[in-house]
Amino acid sequence: MRYVDEYRDGDKARALATAIAASCEPGRRYSFMEICGGHTHTIYKHGLEDHLPEAITLVHGPGCPVCVIPMGRVDDAIALAEQPDVILTSFGDMLRVPGGRGSFLDSKAAGADIRMVYSPLDALKVARNNPEKRVVFMAIGFETTTPSTAMTILRAEAEGIENFSVFCNHVRVVPAITAILDSPDLRLDGFVGPGHVSTVIGCEPYEFIARDHGMPLVCSGFEPLDILSSIHGLLQQFADGRCEVENEYARVVPWAGNPKALAVIDEVMEVRETFEWRGLGWIPDSAMRLRPEYARFDAEQIFGVPGVRVADPPACQCGEVLRGAIKPWECKVFGTACTPETPIGTCMVSSEGACAAYYNFGRFSRSRVKEATAP
Amino acid sequence: MCLGIPGEVIALMAEHEDLAMVSVEGVQRAVNIGLLREESDGPLDLVPGEWVLIHVGFALSKIDQDEAEKSLNWLTGVGDAYTDELDALAASDIT
Ligand code: SF4
Repeated sequence: MRYVDEYRDGDKARALATAIAASCEPGRRYSFMEICGGHTHTIYKHGLEDHLPEAITLVHGPGCPVCVIPMGRVDDAIALAEQPDVILTSFGDMLRVPGGRGSFLDSKAAGADIRMVYSPLDALKVARNNPEKRVVFMAIGFETTTPSTAMTILRAEAEGIENFSVFCNHVRVVPAITAILDSPDLRLDGFVGPGHVSTVIGCEPYEFIARDHGMPLVCSGFEPLDILSSIHGLLQQFADGRCEVENEYARVVPWAGNPKALAVIDEVMEVRETFEWRGLGWIPDSAMRLRPEYARFDAEQIFGVPGVRVADPPACQCGEVLRGAIKPWECKVFGTACTPETPIGTCMVSSEGACAAYYNFGRFSRSRVKEATAP
Repeated sequence: MCLGIPGEVIALMAEHEDLAMVSVEGVQRAVNIGLLREESDGPLDLVPGEWVLIHVGFALSKIDQDEAEKSLNWLTGVGDAYTDELDALAASDIT
């Protein structure tokens, strides 16, 4: 199908909203999950739900990589930072993520050498500049950032840098979707597919969703009109009796992904049998680790990471939020004990987390108004 | 970290394999362009004046100028997360 060219045009937004309303089958309800935290952000920021018919519910998914890091992995990273001569590096997004023993910020204040970097290549530079130190990069992110870590390890190898290692927490989007599809408390009709992660993996890995689960997926850009366009695309598939994977974001996402990025990931990393996700528990095949050939760059091999297991705080309902089972404001501590300044759960930490996005922008949303005016 | 930031390629850096000088909102930074090869050691298909979408110091895809404007528009709306990312990028030095 064809999509509008100009996505910032109010007339087009109205036309799309009208087309969406016209495409809904009378009496039918639709639940669509957007997987990517960037989409969640756009939906709340622009109050997109207000432009949609009542029949459509948008459910927010687990695609915020900071949100899914379990407490135990934060504690493991802090344990690494406390080893002699270690400099721990990671993205700024990790600074406030709560672990069982506090966050990186707390650990820094207590004297650990933890530095925030923009790129894993900056972490490599820290290693190059501090040959007497052992520099660990805590790698996080979906397939969007995985190739960067892999490229950095290849760079370290090429340069013969020996004091650099990676604490690998890269996660895979498709097993997370599978876990959502298997979750008993959710009934979905289709997906607004993630944008940037698909730049790397392409659209093919989503085909099983349409084929085996009977749900369409439209890969979407980030502008409000992209998302409206994708929702219209999903409805159009129902109207036409089709169920397939479509690419609304073809201007950035190639159908086959980025072959070089996939090749470097495969060169350096392999799939872990299982990995713990915050709130979602253990998901098979859902993360990457370094291949044995690259063990000398693997912090888990070099240091013997404690492998801490920490249960989420009892008040925290991030798991239900990440699975789309509840909306952020339905969490008992939302906006009271849990705010962006004092997060209890991860979904409040990252600006792409559903709770933070809703806290910052969500007060105008239709659902919130409905909830506030309920008897 | 999740934000894809558009940048305009200013020059390929002959002295550094896989690096290009890229301008992001007026700030020039070195960015790794090695993921834009078709094959592992294939040629780089990139010339100055083209736009790329950058994630954590790596160009992941080429985009046209129109898409770059759309992305910038979206990012500006993101607020603090984007300015934090720009600050981090400005402090980055991967050469
Ligand atoms: S309000 Fe806080 S604790 Fe509750 S789900 Fe959101 S981030 Fe988790």
